[in-house]
Amino acid sequence: MTRLFISRDSTAISLGAEQVVNAVKQQAAAKNLDIEIVRNGSRGLFWLEPLLEVETPTGRVAYGPVQPEDVGSLLDSGLVQGKQHALYLGNIEELAYFKNQNRLTFARVGLTDPVSLDDYLAHDGYRGLKNALVMQPAEIVKHVSDSGLRGRGGAAFPTGIKWNTVMNAPADQKYIVCNADEGDSGTFSDRMIMEGDPFVLIEGMTIAGLAVGATQGYIYLRVEYPHAGIALNQAIEAAKQHGYLGENIQNSGKTFHLEVRRGAGAYICGEETSLLESLEGKRGLVRFKPPLPAIVGLFGKPTIVNNVISLASVPIILDKGGDYYRDYGMGRSRGTLPLQLAGNIKHPGLFEVAFGMTLRELLYEYGGGTASGRPIRAVQVGGPLGAYMHPGQFDTPLDYEAFAAISSVLGHGGLVVHDDTVDMAEMARYAMEFCVEESCGKCTPCRIGSTRGVEVIDRIVAGIQKDKNTVLLRDLCDTMTFGSLCAMGGMTPFPVLSALNHFPEDFGLSPAKP
Amino acid sequence: MHDYQDQKPTVLAILDAHVSMPGNLLPILHAIQDNLGYIPTEAVADIASTLHLSKAEVHGVITFYHYFRETPPGQHTIHICRAESCQSMGSKALENHAKQTLGIDYHETTADGQFSLEAVYCLGNCACSPSITIDNDVYGRVSPEKFDQLLATHQGAE
Repeated sequence: MTRLFISRDSTAISLGAEQVVNAVKQQAAAKNLDIEIVRNGSRGLFWLEPLLEVETPTGRVAYGPVQPEDVGSLLDSGLVQGKQHALYLGNIEELAYFKNQNRLTFARVGLTDPVSLDDYLAHDGYRGLKNALVMQPAEIVKHVSDSGLRGRGGAAFPTGIKWNTVMNAPADQKYIVCNADEGDSGTFSDRMIMEGDPFVLIEGMTIAGLAVGATQGYIYLRVEYPHAGIALNQAIEAAKQHGYLGENIQNSGKTFHLEVRRGAGAYICGEETSLLESLEGKRGLVRFKPPLPAIVGLFGKPTIVNNVISLASVPIILDKGGDYYRDYGMGRSRGTLPLQLAGNIKHPGLFEVAFGMTLRELLYEYGGGTASGRPIRAVQVGGPLGAYMHPGQFDTPLDYEAFAAISSVLGHGGLVVHDDTVDMAEMARYAMEFCVEESCGKCTPCRIGSTRGVEVIDRIVAGIQKDKNTVLLRDLCDTMTFGSLCAMGGMTPFPVLSALNHFPEDFGLSPAKP
Repeated sequence: MHDYQDQKPTVLAILDAHVSMPGNLLPILHAIQDNLGYIPTEAVADIASTLHLSKAEVHGVITFYHYFRETPPGQHTIHICRAESCQSMGSKALENHAKQTLGIDYHETTADGQFSLEAVYCLGNCACSPSITIDNDVYGRVSPEKFDQLLATHQGAE
């Protein structure tokens, strides 16, 4: 029997993976071919999806992008033996895009069957947990601190410090909350790991539970990700059945329960305190800090709130040690960041690499420039609250501090590319409009400032008292930055001001000085 | 056309199943919408009394979240992504095309009850923008022509 691999990732499905699976099943049956189709995660080379891989004695051979109508000729030309065809790509791991990555967190994504516990164990899964089960909590936290891991959700707060605070907070109950409300445009690494290797997240959360003495975990999953919910629940069920979740984990006497909770389409619930309110069953209004969630979190108890990728990076740290992870990266940005190339780009996908590569390398060498073939004009990095970067800034290394130094953010590592047809005044207006739509409304600068922001931008573009209104827009941005309770209002000025500063001509203002 | 007396047993069973769950309001609202397609206004009183909340609190939660709806949806719900990545690949033209073809705006349902149109901000399918969903299925690289094809395959289909 020959094993074929076709991804169950949402993006592969959105391009017709199900139809390809059906075509292969039907036509292979008609030809009496002895095959099994494994639904793996995606390798992340999305311009090649739906991708079909076949296991041969000399390794896996890939074909893509495969449409249902290609299946007949693929089978006829000897797909099952890994033979040549117009869609033949060879071993996907040998392509430069894949080969030059440092896949630590995404090591298994695209390789394995995401919901097979056996497959997970066969590919080094649960080795981190095995180590953690014989450690003292402080020892686990030390590995995480030593790794230099900072929150991958965007704020980049040192994970070890957060864990240490929760560990030392006395309480009868503590919680681990995974922030899986990945709402930023251009980001999909959380989705990919949840769909492509859900066990690694479950393992990371279990280790976090052991580290701080939390026995209950929740994954707050955005409702827009139904496939991630299915994969997570299947994996949780398998983990429970085999003693990796629940009471007395692997006969250690330790307990950790885990549950997926669905959000309901509110961007603000990606903010950690709003998320906690939502989990408690309320409107997702931002909380004042302090107290920090690490001290007074879910249901008033000490709580770790970490992003999906932060938690999914923990198993390899506990498997190979904090030092191993720390040895990747630059400066105070340690380890790897799964970057997501999206928007108008020729080779969109997920690219996990150690911090330090420049934006230019990523955009041109790996991304291949725009999909439209036109010049890249602006790249928004870090989601809708991230700054628009112009080509003069593309030599910035991917590093939290280097980005902060030019008033940009690396955030969650999402890149949205725009070609030269983009209207940056329109994008600035959209940033304010998005804030109007998604503000929780608790604080005035965000709630009212965003509405006024749309109006002021409209006046500038219409040429009404341009200079006066530009001053007003900057003043408004200042108020939002320093007066808002959370990052929603506090960072909306990033895309607005970067558009205004780098692309003033789109607002009908004099061009920026070079 | 929808009689709450017919729906009430479903709502009460859902409430009963979730009553001891911590932070149960969102899971309850999801379960009701999963079963009935929306959250009937009359259900608010039942939810409030079971959870010892005011009706205003329950109403406040339902209306805070974009996903929950208080009116029955059409046979198929189309979500169009309006976020930046999709914009960079032409989602604005797609939105206009969809509204014109269906003859409705966002949050509306076609007169024949076939399609409801909603906006969404990111489906996580940004590598293949622009993206839409029809019911639970996501579609990437959706041109106006592809939109028309998808519409045709869903027309009259259950």
